[in-house]
Amino acid sequence: MSSPTLPPGLAIQKADERIMTLNVGPQHPGSGHMRIIVQIDGDYIVACDPDPGYVHRGEEKMAEYRNYTLNVPHLERPVIHDSCNILYPYVLAAEELLGLEIPERAKYIRVIASELNRCIYTQYWLAIYGIFLGHSTMFMWPAGDRELLIDLMEKMTGARVTHSYFIPGGIRNDLPANFEDVCLRQVNYFEKRIKEYADVFYNNPILISRTENTGVLTRENAIKLGTTGSVLRASGVDYDVRKKEPYDVYDELDFETNVMKSGDSYARSRIPWLDMMESCRIIRDALQKMPKSGSVRVKLKPNPKGEIGSVYKRIESGRGALGCYIVSDKKVEPYRVKLSVPSFRNLIALPHLLIGEKLGNMPSVYWSLNYWPVEADR
Amino acid sequence: MSVIAPNFKLSEFVKSILDNIFWILLILTLIGLPAIQFILFYIEMPVINGELLTPFLALTWLADPSRSIPILKAFMATDLFRIAAFPGFGFAALIAAGTIFVERKMLAKLQLRVGPFYCGKVEGILQLMGDGLKLISKEIIIPAKADKPIFWAAPVLFVATAAAFVALIPVAPGWVVADLDVGLLAVFAVIGFFPIITILSAWSANSKFPFIGGIRALYQMVSFEIPLILSLLGVVILTGTLNLSEITASQSSFPWIIFLPIGAIVFFITMLAELERIPFDLPEAESEIVAGWLTEFSGMMYGLVQLGTYLKLYSFAALFVVLFLGGWNGPMIWPPFPEEIITEGIELGPVTAQFPGLPLFSQEMLNGTVWFVLKTVGVIFFILLPRGVFPRIRVDMLLDLGWKKLIGLAFVNIFIALGLLYAGILGPGGIL
Repeated sequence: MSSPTLPPGLAIQKADERIMTLNVGPQHPGSGHMRIIVQIDGDYIVACDPDPGYVHRGEEKMAEYRNYTLNVPHLERPVIHDSCNILYPYVLAAEELLGLEIPERAKYIRVIASELNRCIYTQYWLAIYGIFLGHSTMFMWPAGDRELLIDLMEKMTGARVTHSYFIPGGIRNDLPANFEDVCLRQVNYFEKRIKEYADVFYNNPILISRTENTGVLTRENAIKLGTTGSVLRASGVDYDVRKKEPYDVYDELDFETNVMKSGDSYARSRIPWLDMMESCRIIRDALQKMPKSGSVRVKLKPNPKGEIGSVYKRIESGRGALGCYIVSDKKVEPYRVKLSVPSFRNLIALPHLLIGEKLGNMPSVYWSLNYWPVEADR
Repeated sequence: MSVIAPNFKLSEFVKSILDNIFWILLILTLIGLPAIQFILFYIEMPVINGELLTPFLALTWLADPSRSIPILKAFMATDLFRIAAFPGFGFAALIAAGTIFVERKMLAKLQLRVGPFYCGKVEGILQLMGDGLKLISKEIIIPAKADKPIFWAAPVLFVATAAAFVALIPVAPGWVVADLDVGLLAVFAVIGFFPIITILSAWSANSKFPFIGGIRALYQMVSFEIPLILSLLGVVILTGTLNLSEITASQSSFPWIIFLPIGAIVFFITMLAELERIPFDLPEAESEIVAGWLTEFSGMMYGLVQLGTYLKLYSFAALFVVLFLGGWNGPMIWPPFPEEIITEGIELGPVTAQFPGLPLFSQEMLNGTVWFVLKTVGVIFFILLPRGVFPRIRVDMLLDLGWKKLIGLAFVNIFIALGLLYAGILGPGGIL
């Protein structure tokens, strides 16, 4: 009888006294809700096996038992601080299946909410990147400045993190009175604040010498491994779904994508920061071009049924291209909902980047992949 | 109100004391009388104003301020006072506690938050006490596979070594616990103990993350000890002594930092590394190795290590002040003691009280202490500041900095000192 082929994690390995196996996570300050099994030889990582799956919640299966509107509140749970963006592809796909035409004003408000949420997510991510490098000021500053935009979202949607704002057919409610002025003021101040991060963090000589040339992901490997979002753009690939396949009104707005060539940990940490400034630009532009009045949602029939067929839509989230695939069989509930999440696609690059690195580089490389464990597990 | 802390009533408190007064008297008699007998029999009492001081006499004199001052002075002349209170442990622990408070509040101000706020009503001034109480009341957990005697001993040894370091620091003229002729060598010897304790505690925990942290601490401390020692040689060459009090006294007209700035910078950087402070806190890098060599410590064992760490911080800052900033030397800012209190006494209503033993401390000593504390607090401030500004560096960058750059700079500093000496500008004891 031939020996069964075991998956890599279970394969019997030769014992080596030089090699020490470390379980980084799930209860470790340097991991999220996941485990990275790292084998080190002295200070060098010789093997790395990321082990996600600790927070699997079966969101996709749950979506098969609820109708198109009731799917909204639970599908945003995987990334609660980027909740508008994770709902965006689902809402776009559901609208196409239900055959809805969205009012112009709703499209602009969606773009504003999406960009605000991208900044909120990126600030949270940046705070943790700072504390992973031992920089406690960079933990507190983004976490504090994030409050500005959370307040804006609260004004807009009524909730601080889980907004449930996008629904098939538009958005849940219109903007409050004088929102435009408040939004412009807060966003301008926010942009001024994040520019100050350069002094304390991005131009810090210790940070640069620590993260430059660590965890280098070449352009070829970035494309081959299927990475997305800031990781892909940091490796020199100019790819942004907002530019390449514009959805809603992104083709009418004025913005640019940020690309860096080096593909190291520093570039991957800098791209989201530059993207936040572009987001501020988009918000200002959208506020200017937005129709000042009008309807913001299409009235839905109770329990609408989707057309037979399947739709795949994707958007650019805070972490990269986020896709949603819905199959409908003319019933009230979707037949199948599949989320294609950027976190999981970026995590695939982790073993390639960590092998040969020093243990001290592990947190910075791991978190620079813009990975959110809960989203990867869905 | 919570259930744990019921309403406090004075009447009930008094009643409980009255209920127990029999037992209090009994225990006082059973313990207090033998204690007095023990003191009378075994301990040599000082002779004050021609009278042999006995515990009974001391109790009698405490009621009279003019006679209690000689007792205080006699107590302050003992070694116990020097070790436990003024230049020793109590003084250092007080500065360490202040350091922790200032560190928290300053870092909080830097990071757009308020820091400790509620404990103690005023700006969270009692937060440290609350933390201490919490640590004392927590269970001490020892890992099952740990080498228990060494694991237990490590925090105690750490505090003891830090306290030994404190004992070598001269605070004011004549006020030092151990005035050694080889004071600086003793400092090097004490510093050499820290990596041993660290690696022993890390190894004895028998756990992976403490082990990696201990190895890192060992690398860091051993490789930074060499530039540390070399950077201080310049001062020794110029003063011609290893006695810390004499080194301080030699800086009466100018501090050595004017002539040896490179040495001071090298010493400051190595000091940060020896203290495991950001940017050199690799042995406790939380995102990589949880809490480094402190991971398995819990409860008051962790508290002891923290106490030792802050005592060490005070000692290093004080050493920097003694060697480079002139120690207790400074302009006389302390007002002279009013002589009329001795000659005329103080009028307390109808009575004029005489205080023959005053002043307790000389003006030079108080002035020196003030300058020493001011300078030390300034240095501590600069030790705390990088924590808000820098991220952590990596092991290879750390070793590169220690072995290549700092040792070279330390040698440059030695050559500057030798040049000053042979050019005849400076010699042992000051300007020639």
